[in-house]
Amino acid sequence: MLNALATRRPAPSASRRAFLRGSAAAGGALVIGVRLELSGSPARAAGAPDFSKVPAQPNAFVRVAADDSVTVVIKHLDMGQGNTTGLATIVAEELDADWGQMRTAFAPADAALYNNLAFGPIQGTGGSTAVANSWIQLRKAGAAARAMLVAAAAAEWRVPAGEITVEKGVLRHARTGKEGRFGAFAAAAATQAVPENPTLKQPADFRLIGTRLPRLDSGIKTDGSAVYALDVRRPNQLTAVVARAPRFGARLASVDDKAARALPGVVDVVTIGSGVAVVAKDTWSAMKGREALRLTWDDAGAERQSSDQQVAAYKAMADRPGLVAAKRGDAAGAIKGAAKVLEAEFAFPYLAHAPMEPLNATIERAADGGYDIYAGSQFQTIEQAVAAGILGTTTDKVRITTLWAGGSFGRRATASADYIAEAAAILRATGGTRPIHLVWTREDDITGGYYRPAAYHRIRAGLDAKGAITGWEHTIVGKSIIIGTPLEAMIVKDGVDATTVEGAADTPYALPAYRFEVHNAREGVPVLWWRSVGHSHTAQAMEVFVDELAHAAGQDPVAYRLGLLQQAPRLSAALALAAEKAGWRGRAAAPGRGLGVAAHESFGSYVAMVADVSAEAGKVKVNRIVAAVDVGVAVNPDVIRAQVEGAVGFALSAVLRNRITFKDGEVQEKNFDAYEPTRMSEMPKVEVHIVPSTAAPTGIGEPGVPVLAPAIANAIFAATGQRLRSLPLDLGALRGV
Amino acid sequence: MQKLTVNGRTFEVDADPEMPLLWAIRDHLNLTGTKYGCGIAQCGACTIHLDGQPTRACQTRLGDVGAARITTIEGLQGPVAEAVRTAWRSLDVVQCGYCQSGQIMSAVGLLTENRKPTDADIDGAMDGNVCRCGTYQRIRAAIHDAARTLA
Repeated sequence: MLNALATRRPAPSASRRAFLRGSAAAGGALVIGVRLELSGSPARAAGAPDFSKVPAQPNAFVRVAADDSVTVVIKHLDMGQGNTTGLATIVAEELDADWGQMRTAFAPADAALYNNLAFGPIQGTGGSTAVANSWIQLRKAGAAARAMLVAAAAAEWRVPAGEITVEKGVLRHARTGKEGRFGAFAAAAATQAVPENPTLKQPADFRLIGTRLPRLDSGIKTDGSAVYALDVRRPNQLTAVVARAPRFGARLASVDDKAARALPGVVDVVTIGSGVAVVAKDTWSAMKGREALRLTWDDAGAERQSSDQQVAAYKAMADRPGLVAAKRGDAAGAIKGAAKVLEAEFAFPYLAHAPMEPLNATIERAADGGYDIYAGSQFQTIEQAVAAGILGTTTDKVRITTLWAGGSFGRRATASADYIAEAAAILRATGGTRPIHLVWTREDDITGGYYRPAAYHRIRAGLDAKGAITGWEHTIVGKSIIIGTPLEAMIVKDGVDATTVEGAADTPYALPAYRFEVHNAREGVPVLWWRSVGHSHTAQAMEVFVDELAHAAGQDPVAYRLGLLQQAPRLSAALALAAEKAGWRGRAAAPGRGLGVAAHESFGSYVAMVADVSAEAGKVKVNRIVAAVDVGVAVNPDVIRAQVEGAVGFALSAVLRNRITFKDGEVQEKNFDAYEPTRMSEMPKVEVHIVPSTAAPTGIGEPGVPVLAPAIANAIFAATGQRLRSLPLDLGALRGV
Repeated sequence: MQKLTVNGRTFEVDADPEMPLLWAIRDHLNLTGTKYGCGIAQCGACTIHLDGQPTRACQTRLGDVGAARITTIEGLQGPVAEAVRTAWRSLDVVQCGYCQSGQIMSAVGLLTENRKPTDADIDGAMDGNVCRCGTYQRIRAAIHDAARTLA
């Protein structure tokens, strides 16, 4: 019988202290896809952050081998977004390599070499930053490696380096007729000096960037050989599952593990901060052992709210003045004097990420006294610090092998390194003699928190006699992702978490007067960034409400938006392209069938979508989506198309049905039967058009998500005249035509 | 001790007959290409072939397999499998790739029975396979592509 008391959440204080140490020592700002400068004006300073001030580091990122392979060291997690292919393309371009010789390898955890330039001193992936922050860094690395290969060939051939050309992995000297492949010069090139400022190509000279290149991971992901973290099999490893409290904030009161210990295959039962871990010789035995545990929980500090109470509480908060996130002029006065006033409210539920590969990690003590973690690691630096704190060692003694991740959508990146902390705690509690393979079941995943925060928006706007907006008042209620985490001091300003208001308070629409207010809800449900973060709800509120204003003004929704976006040329161009390709018409094509449009900027990328929807009583079918995207230079156009297609498939189930609901503090949805992802028969045809650009590339992992819901909701209005505002769409209220 | 025929080889597994075949394959045979996604036959990530028929390994008890031939993604062979893999690769279907073993097992099952599936046939055969990355459009295109190759 174990009797230890344990708090389910928040994360163990040891891990928090460790993280604070880690980040303080590193001493820089951590920005996770968060636009820090909410300037108070929608017409904020344009331009992406500058990631160009980096040295050429060919040795960190490029390995040319004697067998002629070129391996690009990938500092990011590839959770499906295709960044391994994208980052390899950037190197191959400047190296003038042949695509067939390119390989990738995930970088070790080493923030000194592999930090995300968008996150300051932290190695990690998120905010659609992989290509954006690596663009100049990897071009310099590729160009420097090329120069070193050329120098090696020049020395061997005794010709001037300037006379050597490189094409598709072959070095040539025309005058002497000499030629050789990269592999032949790999060893000699490694002894050459690293050029400090290698010349980068002009975009007109790109041969690979902008073309369709096969993904480098298609082979291993179609024959079962790709190794995900759940596939790690270390010698002598044990598998663990954890029994966690049914309510967030509950404390473990008592443990009776007698029956569990008696089961064949169960090796140990240990109490850790988040619950009780059953450690067994295989996954099934661990799961059976967990079922046999008899646990009681102390709910004194537990969250007991039900979802209807939460929504009512949010609405009540919105009645009171909130924190000001952005303002200009006298919005209330401008609305008071308007010819027409519109008002709308939007409610959004908690959402689980539900990546196909549930959370898991393997950890072991190595012979040298260090520790090895195998995971789909998304925040390597934080995970190192948290694990080191729990294991009583230093960060440099914690190695991480990053593996392919079966999705994430943000879930693998937490400030508490939650599941890594669990694995480390189990290893410690079991004495560290055998590797621990921690597995979350799907039920653990869906009920385990770290949800996209629930949100509530209330908007009022005034129109003048011509239909122009006079003022805009907007209140957002939601639980901050950042407040209460170690990141708070770095990211939250005057109580306003940018991730709550991004996409609204910084709207590119020209609003003569506005006021955006925030209320930070405080319920005890852990929340987290979910693919597109705040934009996952702000775009729905903004783009549906602007659509309503267009109709109230008697204007075409595309033309109305273009009128408001004269200072936002890239978003305008994406919108115009999507409308053109979709054969935009403002009116219903047939009874019950309509087109809807939405346009939104997120993570520095501009996306517009037109949805073609059939609607009848209680039912919606999305027939077709036409998207236009501006991501700057399109490094891999086909990967970009795939990300937008996938964003539609990912987001559609959140539009149609997904929600995490609470009853007396307990999550009601446990698995894919009640939290059902989009299925094949529901998938619309998706057509993606890319706006040509020579601007620095931005991300596309997330920006396809925000526009889907409003495009569909606006199409339903076009088809039926009915406004469905909240998500998931209340299809039960749909009367049909 | 339970005898299993997997990918043409015979294995002996010492495990509870109640254990889902999924965990026997993954944890005891270390054939990790077959994936765990939900454990309740709602996602299809664990799809294998049992005597050629697409089957959810998470709902198949080890003790019920008997002498049936088990095929996993690692052992999937033949002209249909080749056509499907080639189509998957030429269209770059995969994103995270985690569900794709199951998708391919289901697609091969479909094309083995039906050399020219319609969109409705594809919906019917593939609706049980969830892809959270949303690669459905390319899966559909790849199945049609493979059907053309096999015609």
